[in-house]
Amino acid sequence: MSTHNVTISINGTPVSANVPARLLLVHFIRENAGQTGTHCGCDTTSCGACTVQINGTPVKSCTVLTVQADGAELTTVEGLANKDGSLHALQEGFTSCHGLHCGFCTPGMLMTSAALIKENPDPTEDEIRWGISGNLCRCTGYNNIVKSVQYAAAKLRGVDPSTVVDVPSLRK
Amino acid sequence: MIPPQFDYISPQTLPEALTLLGNNPDAKVLAGGHSLIPMLKFRLATPTLLVDIGRLAGLSYIREEDGWLKIGALTVESAIDKSSLIHSKYPLLSDAARMIADPIVRNKATVGGNLAHADPANDHPAVMLAYGAEIVVTGVAGPKTIPITEFFVGPFTPAISHAELLTEIRIPAHKPGDGGSYIKIERKVGDYATAGVAVQLHVTADGTCDKIGLALTNLGLTPIHCVAAMAALTGTKLTDADLKHAVALAAEVAEPQDDYRGTEEYKRSLVRTITTRAIKAALVRAKA
Amino acid sequence: MTETPINGLGSSMKRKEDVRFIQGKGRYIEDINIPGQIWMDIVRSPYAHAKIKNIDTTAAAKIPGVLGFITGKDLDKYGLAWMPTLMSDKQMVLPIDTVKYQAQEVVAVLATDRYSAADGVAAVVVDYEPLPVVVDPFKALLPGATKVRDDKESNHIWHWETGDREATDAIIKTAHTVVREKIYIPRIHVASIETCGCVAQWDSINKHLTMYMTTQAPHVIRTVIALVTGHLGLSEENIRVVSPDIGGGFGGKVPVYPGYVIAIAASVLLGKPVKWIEDRSENLQADSFARDYHMDAELAADKDGRITALRIKTIADHGYTDASANPSKYPAGMFSVCTGSYDYATAFTEADAAYTNKPPGGVAYRCSFRVTEAVHAIERMVDIMAHERGEDPADFRFRNFIKKEQFPYKSALGWEFDSGDYHKALRLAMDMIGYEDLRKEQLEKRARGELMGIGISSFTEIVGAGPSKDFDILGIKMFDSAEIRIHPTGKAIARFGTKSQGQGHETTYAQIIAQELGIPAEHIKIEEGDTDTAPYGLGTYASRSTPTAGAAAAMSARKIREKARKIAAHLLEAAEEDLVWDTNKFYVKGTPGKSKTIQELAFAAYTNYPQGMEAGLENSFYYDPPNLTFPFGSYICVVDIDRGTGKVAIRRFVAIDDCGTRINPMIIEGQVHGGLTMGFAPAMMEQMQYDENGNLYGGTLMDYLVPTAVESPRWEVGETTTPSPHHPIGAKGVGESPTVGAPPAFVNAVVDAMWHLGVRHIDIPMTPDKVWGLLKKHGAALEE
Repeated sequence: MSTHNVTISINGTPVSANVPARLLLVHFIRENAGQTGTHCGCDTTSCGACTVQINGTPVKSCTVLTVQADGAELTTVEGLANKDGSLHALQEGFTSCHGLHCGFCTPGMLMTSAALIKENPDPTEDEIRWGISGNLCRCTGYNNIVKSVQYAAAKLRGVDPSTVVDVPSLRK
Repeated sequence: MIPPQFDYISPQTLPEALTLLGNNPDAKVLAGGHSLIPMLKFRLATPTLLVDIGRLAGLSYIREEDGWLKIGALTVESAIDKSSLIHSKYPLLSDAARMIADPIVRNKATVGGNLAHADPANDHPAVMLAYGAEIVVTGVAGPKTIPITEFFVGPFTPAISHAELLTEIRIPAHKPGDGGSYIKIERKVGDYATAGVAVQLHVTADGTCDKIGLALTNLGLTPIHCVAAMAALTGTKLTDADLKHAVALAAEVAEPQDDYRGTEEYKRSLVRTITTRAIKAALVRAKA
Repeated sequence: MTETPINGLGSSMKRKEDVRFIQGKGRYIEDINIPGQIWMDIVRSPYAHAKIKNIDTTAAAKIPGVLGFITGKDLDKYGLAWMPTLMSDKQMVLPIDTVKYQAQEVVAVLATDRYSAADGVAAVVVDYEPLPVVVDPFKALLPGATKVRDDKESNHIWHWETGDREATDAIIKTAHTVVREKIYIPRIHVASIETCGCVAQWDSINKHLTMYMTTQAPHVIRTVIALVTGHLGLSEENIRVVSPDIGGGFGGKVPVYPGYVIAIAASVLLGKPVKWIEDRSENLQADSFARDYHMDAELAADKDGRITALRIKTIADHGYTDASANPSKYPAGMFSVCTGSYDYATAFTEADAAYTNKPPGGVAYRCSFRVTEAVHAIERMVDIMAHERGEDPADFRFRNFIKKEQFPYKSALGWEFDSGDYHKALRLAMDMIGYEDLRKEQLEKRARGELMGIGISSFTEIVGAGPSKDFDILGIKMFDSAEIRIHPTGKAIARFGTKSQGQGHETTYAQIIAQELGIPAEHIKIEEGDTDTAPYGLGTYASRSTPTAGAAAAMSARKIREKARKIAAHLLEAAEEDLVWDTNKFYVKGTPGKSKTIQELAFAAYTNYPQGMEAGLENSFYYDPPNLTFPFGSYICVVDIDRGTGKVAIRRFVAIDDCGTRINPMIIEGQVHGGLTMGFAPAMMEQMQYDENGNLYGGTLMDYLVPTAVESPRWEVGETTTPSPHHPIGAKGVGESPTVGAPPAFVNAVVDAMWHLGVRHIDIPMTPDKVWGLLKKHGAALEE
């Protein structure tokens, strides 16, 4: 089996290793780079818990070979927060709107949603539901994930989120 | 789930890739990998070598040229989904791209891979049959064009030899009076079709359908081209009576099987229902 | 600096645990790595029933990185090839000679890493001789059926019955109206997004085992390990079970799966930490299922439309062993809550369980031991009766509901329903959804040939296991615990015997204590899941954490407050009985200015306590509930059916839940949403289907249909609040109510849309092909 020298930037830090051809990217991220926020839930590209951004595009990292990502810039949930260390609007949205229970799907949901609202700053509920339909959540029933994304989109547009979403934590 | 061991090589040029394939009869082509890698994880495929064509330059594009819409084989599904050109002029393709797998998978899955896999459950085969597309296949001798009707040789068997690569898909360029629609009944996002139908038609100024393409997804061992139904509809005004007759012909050529998505009877009935609906939707678009 | 809010009961404070989860810093089982650990992977049977003729590991042993193998014969040497189940049955850890279901564990492969372990699994050659397979529980119970278990006389596991058989028979025989329906609830799987796994770490010097594992009940697991391995020298004080963050449980992480036991054995044999993480197919194919109940139900009513009796006969498919994680004293769990929210005196129910060549389990799907089955049966039968009588299902329910003033209410099958106001909940749901207008719209649509349906479910749950007269695990009563310590600066740590899998315990428990002691919830650290530090408890499932551990938290905090009162009396030089508690301080009656805050009292507990008093301010409390709690609700679902495709569109779904006192409304709403989607899923999409050879269809998430955000309806929720009279803070538990209550609302809506065509019942899941088949049968399928 061939092995390959790869260098992949993970959240701005280059990680180099000699890896076997079959090493899955999710394992490289978790084990070589030690970033365990990215999870593995299904093996069949069904659940999206392993979603990371490769050069800004969300991808299911359990179905990418590490060698395929050689030279790429990856962003994982650990790299989502703003440069000044403050939480990304989505992270704030998910906690304000109770968009997570067990937290296992959350990193993937966040990475998908981050790309979604970057491309579509004011998505409708339908657009959000379609946009996150590659990510399964077994706990929340999705209502509050939709609201979390709406919250973040509003905030990034400079709109007070409490005027856009109705959740108990924001009720006056 | 862990793939078996294999060698991997990532050629930088097309000739290099073709040579590698020619020299390694047991090699498999890796493009987006979203069909192949799951198969590797289940160890349903055990190639000795993966030839990753993902880094070949110039194979990802969507452009109108010489009377064709040309799509590079490595174009990912989400690029189709997000293309304003396709959205405005190729609604059949746009409909289908939105229904393939899920939004994240579509960021890696390629149009070329979807076709080259020749899986009758995939959505593009029926779409391309309805369009009357051409497939460009490149070997060491250079590119050749294969009509889509000759492309699906058998289940999971495209008309591509081992040392060739699918490089481009050509769809007849949009002209006024064209309309299309793809309807896919699926159990959930990401599922293969219980039944799918692709319709592409053209109507003249007086509302006559002078050309129609009709094909079915996941209703046989290969994508089903509904030739008799197409003939029956050509030259008609697509009235309800015309449709009733034609969709029965489409349902006749379907070869559905009882499975966990539904009975043979249900699927055959679905063909009639969704073909009718797809033709009506295509007609609305053609007249718009 | 603004004052930190106390955030007691009723505050929708943001969850404390979210801070780590939203930043990728949760610590789940796969994130735990012990230096020197090796990996385990498992060879599984492709057959549902087969003799193992030979296991050849020669080729696998040559694979670089492969370290060794464990088979049933290896375990048998240590008396570990079989383990007992909670239901007094036994279960294979690894088979010695036969496999009994597809994907059963056959050989464990140990290797330096997960890739080598997987290669090893692929290279092990097992020679099987297929044996006849039993998949249908009805056939399994016929005389002369092929036996699933050689050690049993037949495939019949148990018979259970409750109620008055003769009185019920007599009423049904002569009743004005009797409706009867066969209702099947298929096998389903929790499919939590995190699968199961463990890291077993054996320390041979100190004879100490640390077991990191995905478990909802760590303390019970510790005791089970001690009991199962006691003969090998493992002693309970040397066993530490750690349950880290859990990526969803829903009951699927209660059982002791063979993989855990093999990992422990491997760690002992190889002297290294052993890590095992299931893949998704293993999880779906082999881990505990839920439901698989074939019910035959009859409901009787008098001429005035009053229910007079209920009779249900059930055949339960338990797989090859009875390994149901059901701690009640009744083999069918809480099924006898099947009399529902209605007032009638006579009922009888019986069940017979069968062995089949399928994996074991039975109760793992966000449900308190067969309550979903019970609720489905009664809510379907009530709807059928209403339709049969030609009256509105809401009217029929209102007439038959147990009235508010009848609580506590003794049900026909012996439960004491603690509290409820069923009329109010249904009326609120009807108002929220605009019920009367919808009925008008339905009539108009029906006239045009369109199919629209409205379905109601007015369920009563039974949770909070439980009182020791009804429950125990290995004889251990089903209390739960809280241990609170107040630090000198007035901050606190509290530990519990439960284990959150997403329910938000770190927040809600802190809020309960905050309410009782006035310490801001933010300053109360909650810990669970480490048996070395947490007090003994029975774990989190069956919506029991708030009813039991939540009660323990309040009771423990009250004990602390009583000690604080003594310290306050000392500091304020007042009599204890003259002190009044207000939010976070004691003051002297009539002199509000003369007071001591909890923070001052905490400091004094370490610096200035009365002579003769023990220092410190802490307490641990074990709460054995006097009764179960009975959350309830009314749900209304509106559907539109596509006559061409059979597709059911859920147009609206209103859910009114009453879980008693509400601790954190935000979390409750979230639990309701999630529970509703897990009610929607089996109603419309999910099922585990087996062919006649016992092959599972649905062994991946491509075919086991977990809903995405697109399929899952948009939920509209509301509440009534009827506190439990016997719970210290009146709370009842909520996590499972929606999963239990929702499925019949969907079915009732779909049947309501088609009743006029002659459709009386549909078994779940109501897939498009099934609905279309009914339309076709009744001449209503639209063929365009």
